[in-house]
Amino acid sequence: MKKTVNALGDACPIPVVKTKNAISELGGPGSVETLVDNEIAVQNLTKMANQKGYAVRSEKIADDQFKVTMEIGEGAGDSAQDIPEECLVVPQTGKKKIVVAVTSATMGSGNDELGAVLMKGFLFALTQQDVLPTTILFYNGGATITTEGSASIEDLKSLEALGVEILTCGTCLNYYKLADKLQVGGVTNMYEITERLTGADLVIRP
Amino acid sequence: MDTEKITFCKGGGCTAKLGAQALNRVLSLLPKGEKDPDLLIGYSSRDDAAVYRLTEDIAFVQTLDFFPPMVSDPYTFGQIAATNALSDIYAMGGTVKTALNIVCFPEKWDLNILGEILRGGSEKVIEAGGSLAGGHSIADADVKYGLSVTGIVHPDHIWANNTGHPGDALILTKALGVGILCTADRVDQAPPGAMDAAVRSMTTLNKYAAQCCSHYDIHACTDVTGFSFLGHLHEMMDGRLSCRVNADCVPVLPGAAACADEFLLTAAGQRNRNHVGEFVRFENIPFSMEEILFDPQTSGGLLIALDAEDAPALLEELRQTGLPARIVGEITEKTDPEITVYGSGNKTGIVCE
Repeated sequence: MKKTVNALGDACPIPVVKTKNAISELGGPGSVETLVDNEIAVQNLTKMANQKGYAVRSEKIADDQFKVTMEIGEGAGDSAQDIPEECLVVPQTGKKKIVVAVTSATMGSGNDELGAVLMKGFLFALTQQDVLPTTILFYNGGATITTEGSASIEDLKSLEALGVEILTCGTCLNYYKLADKLQVGGVTNMYEITERLTGADLVIRP
Repeated sequence: MDTEKITFCKGGGCTAKLGAQALNRVLSLLPKGEKDPDLLIGYSSRDDAAVYRLTEDIAFVQTLDFFPPMVSDPYTFGQIAATNALSDIYAMGGTVKTALNIVCFPEKWDLNILGEILRGGSEKVIEAGGSLAGGHSIADADVKYGLSVTGIVHPDHIWANNTGHPGDALILTKALGVGILCTADRVDQAPPGAMDAAVRSMTTLNKYAAQCCSHYDIHACTDVTGFSFLGHLHEMMDGRLSCRVNADCVPVLPGAAACADEFLLTAAGQRNRNHVGEFVRFENIPFSMEEILFDPQTSGGLLIALDAEDAPALLEELRQTGLPARIVGEITEKTDPEITVYGSGNKTGIVCE
């Protein structure tokens, strides 16, 4: 999985803060590309990568434009999503709380076009399951899936009708300027997202 | 409140200083007029303030410092900017006499904000024993505030920054880490309470430290500001001395190490590392402590060199005035590397407020 962070025009420490957020949203192995407009920011990002043990490279792509790429290896994140699924399954006491975290518009990493097709397929397949998730969270690039122009609106509406809670991160909607384009489910905040994730018996990240 | 904070404070204080490297290049190209023998301290030694001899007994000390806000409260910003500007007089061993305000302020903003900034500043000038004698204001897109301060000093008792001796002890009078903490605060990630200690430190006049020093034979003195502890230490070494710093004894503000470990670092800190890093060898120093030693300080403490035998008594006096002063190292004959910073591995100084 790959994320791109636009930190052009941001003064230190904002590029580092944004990059750290992107890494934690990755929730596991992947790469994060950060665009910055000055060499000092490149150096501060490189320092962070070196301290954290991420492979890092940087290149100048234009006057006043630099790209820093970090490769986050296995076990880099510390969120629940890094824990193997079998460890997350607690002995069943009543209905298991299953939370699906959709963190991107695409499923898997590789080709984005293919990834979008896979994501649509995954959400459709969810509607066909005997055991449905309790909640589906959409954040960062995932926010494009609950909004105008998404191919999955109908599937998500049927899941909602079946009692699945559909929540999209409000900060992300604002960031992508999609706040007035939400088509399905409710808007949520980081407090609730964290609560759903930590309270889950099983977190699935497609 | 949040939006006001972001508008008012964009990351200022001494973190807004131009890098030493860029500055040196420009300054070295300036035309130099005929040397005036009464100009005792000017550009050439990169000292804290200029000193000009008027008579055998009196020299005047001139300095100017201003910068954008580093905290969200205008009154506190005024206090800090003034404390910082006044500090250069104390770093030369001088007494504050007059001060002139320098203000940039957006025309459309609430004038009460300006009033609060100036109130904070004038209170500090009064505390310093000086008179606010005028000022100059400019309508500008962003806020900036500071002072031009004039003081006096006896020409024979100037504390230059580059006149230390091998064998001298080095004393630092304030804890480090304000640049990192203000930066962390700007992205709302400073630990609770950490900014209170940082603000207390930044609003403490170096007057009290200088008064303690006046009873001792001070060999060299500077105030630690934008170029960081190591940057100012490098200037103090003057290319002819070296020093050893015991990082375990360096006073550090609470929360600063944690923020450094979260990489809440300034651009100025990295510029400092680029500028003086090659003169420094770290032995057993964790990353966060390296960053604290390169951290640009706004209104930092005095860094004093004096005879090692006198150091414990001065330290005691400083501590009795409530300052978190520590003996942080010693000056040696010139060696390579110029500055050796040693520690015990994972310790990040002594946490003090």
